[in-house]
Amino acid sequence: MESTTAAFRENAAKALGDAKLRDALSKLADGFPARRREAMARLPEFEALRDAARDIKDHVLANLDFYLEAFEARVVEAGGTVHWCRTAAEARTAILRICKLAGAKTVTKGKSMIGEEIAINEHLEEHGIEPVETDLGEYIIQLRHEPPSHIIAPAIHLSKEQVADTFREKHRHLSPGRSLDEPRALLDEARNELRQKFIGADVGLTGANMLIAETGSIVLVTNEGNADLTYSLPRVHIVIASLEKVVPTLEDATTILRVLARSATGQEMSVYTTFCTGPKREGDLDGPEAFHVVLLDNGRTEMLGGDFHEMLRCIRCGACLNHCPIYKAIGGHAYGWVYSGPMGAVLIPGLIGLEEAGHLPNASTLCGKCEDVCPVRIPLPRMLRTWRQRQFEKRLTSSVSRSGLKFWSHLARRPWLYRLVADIAVATLAVLGRSRGRFRRLPLAGGWTKLRDLPAPEEGGTFISRYHRAGHGDGA
Amino acid sequence: MTVGLFVTCLVDLTRPTVGFATVKLLRDAGCKVSVPKAQTCCGQPAYNSGDNPDARAIAEKVIKAFEGFDYVVAPSGSCAGMIRHHYPSLFAADPEMASRATALAGRTFELVSFLADVLKVENLEAAYDGTATYHDSCSSLREMGVKEQPRALLAQVKGMTLTEAPESETCCGFGGLFCVKYPDISGHMVDAKVDDIMATGADTLLAGDLGCLMNIAGRLHRRGSKIRVRHIAEVLAGMTEGPPLGEPAEKGKRLKEAG
Repeated sequence: MESTTAAFRENAAKALGDAKLRDALSKLADGFPARRREAMARLPEFEALRDAARDIKDHVLANLDFYLEAFEARVVEAGGTVHWCRTAAEARTAILRICKLAGAKTVTKGKSMIGEEIAINEHLEEHGIEPVETDLGEYIIQLRHEPPSHIIAPAIHLSKEQVADTFREKHRHLSPGRSLDEPRALLDEARNELRQKFIGADVGLTGANMLIAETGSIVLVTNEGNADLTYSLPRVHIVIASLEKVVPTLEDATTILRVLARSATGQEMSVYTTFCTGPKREGDLDGPEAFHVVLLDNGRTEMLGGDFHEMLRCIRCGACLNHCPIYKAIGGHAYGWVYSGPMGAVLIPGLIGLEEAGHLPNASTLCGKCEDVCPVRIPLPRMLRTWRQRQFEKRLTSSVSRSGLKFWSHLARRPWLYRLVADIAVATLAVLGRSRGRFRRLPLAGGWTKLRDLPAPEEGGTFISRYHRAGHGDGA
Repeated sequence: MTVGLFVTCLVDLTRPTVGFATVKLLRDAGCKVSVPKAQTCCGQPAYNSGDNPDARAIAEKVIKAFEGFDYVVAPSGSCAGMIRHHYPSLFAADPEMASRATALAGRTFELVSFLADVLKVENLEAAYDGTATYHDSCSSLREMGVKEQPRALLAQVKGMTLTEAPESETCCGFGGLFCVKYPDISGHMVDAKVDDIMATGADTLLAGDLGCLMNIAGRLHRRGSKIRVRHIAEVLAGMTEGPPLGEPAEKGKRLKEAG
């Protein structure tokens, strides 16, 4: 998709002014974190599991080539094919080729962030193939031609009334008298519509929460069961996954499953957890005739061993979004690309360029909540700072903040000069602010005083001057 | 034991009372306190803006000024966290400075946790008439492990009732330069924080970091709230006769210099 990340400030301002979005986001922020807390409380070994999950991912990343080749060998043994794709374009080409060979007119889709990353829907549409999203949230945003606003809850920015309006507009057969007031009614309506699509589809395209090197299986985690109909009914199953999704064994996969749903939604397990291995075997009652795994790099091998190496541990649970006060304020669309929240702010600059995504690493208070809740302990704040360093080194930081910073640093390195300037500035502000104790506005402080007063300094001078003037006299 | 007070630039420039309160608390607990004149800022604005060369230059000054003390104490989780957690990584390419930075890091504490965990202060003399709620600043809470300590110390203050805000651990939206770079987002965050505080019915807001306090006090005032805002050190030291943050001094009454 086209990025609007460069317009982050405008995107954020728009989001902050959107009352419906405010309402939706407050529900999200109240729901998921509380449920995660409860799930943790029910599992005393949760912290140990986080360590174990992190260690599995670290081990995989240190031996990625080995496990990917092992995975491929098992997929081939099971009768499937692996397509290695360096770029988004290569992955799109590979998927389109498989669809064309299958003579596909309709492709049903399970939810896939990699699908979003490579913009596969647009590509299929351009070539006359209809992609149909089958995850309820994805289906809704596909009807509305919107990108997902959350990596696990793509339509979280919408109210049920907005969804009802969308269905009335797009489902032409819908009788005007039919009530769509309850979420259940919305679900039934989507199901009615999707059932025909499931049966008629030629290809099923899903993502994968994990790839298992030991067995060549892929793991699908959903709450709706839509991925199961997506992969099992059509003749061809295509899996699109990025390469860091591989884990060594089934045992490792279960460890990660134990932290995944708990971190994401507070569930112990998602409703459906499916392991798919190869195409239908002789004697199987159902399953696809062909099984393809499209393995995407798209910049990930560049991250290996570098400053953003640990980002490749990410299992896409969404906990960092759910707990982020910035995400809670502006929602996912403001980030301007496929991903959002803290994981997006780290990942997006690497995928679309720091010039384009420069705001994202800065639009954070580095409050540390994301790292605190990350099931695989990714040091997200450290990585946001690293992007800031790169910006500074490349001189991408604005000249106003660069010179402000230089001025401050120049003073801070010279205590005598700092004292001189500080004493004058503090004395002036203290006199100006004496009557009210604070300022409603002040030159050069518009960013601060737009929404809040600025407390005036105390009278009598800086602490250092007053302390030493009072003869405490033990300063070095 | 000798303690070097790193007073922090915000306290130095805007709220000296917090510095005097810190000195009093440390001396009352038996510490020999020094305030090096050569201190300015911990370098965090540069560090968080990606300007590592300047952050390193400032850090070097701080290390030189403070490495002679048994402990370094700051009335801020944010600045103490900078020295404790980020100074060592700044000097990754310079083994000599790295070892000095690491040594200093190990001796650096946030004030409240130093009082509770190291000095084991148990019988504060202070009294405060009011109902307070405590905001857990992000750095204190998540970098310095400060959570129970301020509550334990405030429980010793006579006349004070402590009431918890449900979102006390949520960021107030200050974030150093963040609040001026993204004022709308920051404003939204501090508004949510203020809602949460006002809903407790407390008449006083306390925290251990002046950055958060200035941000929250500024928004409280803009919204016309009468909630009094103070650094926790002022209350623990019993130095609350001066005006709360952002309030004018009473006419004719000069601030008392303590210490």
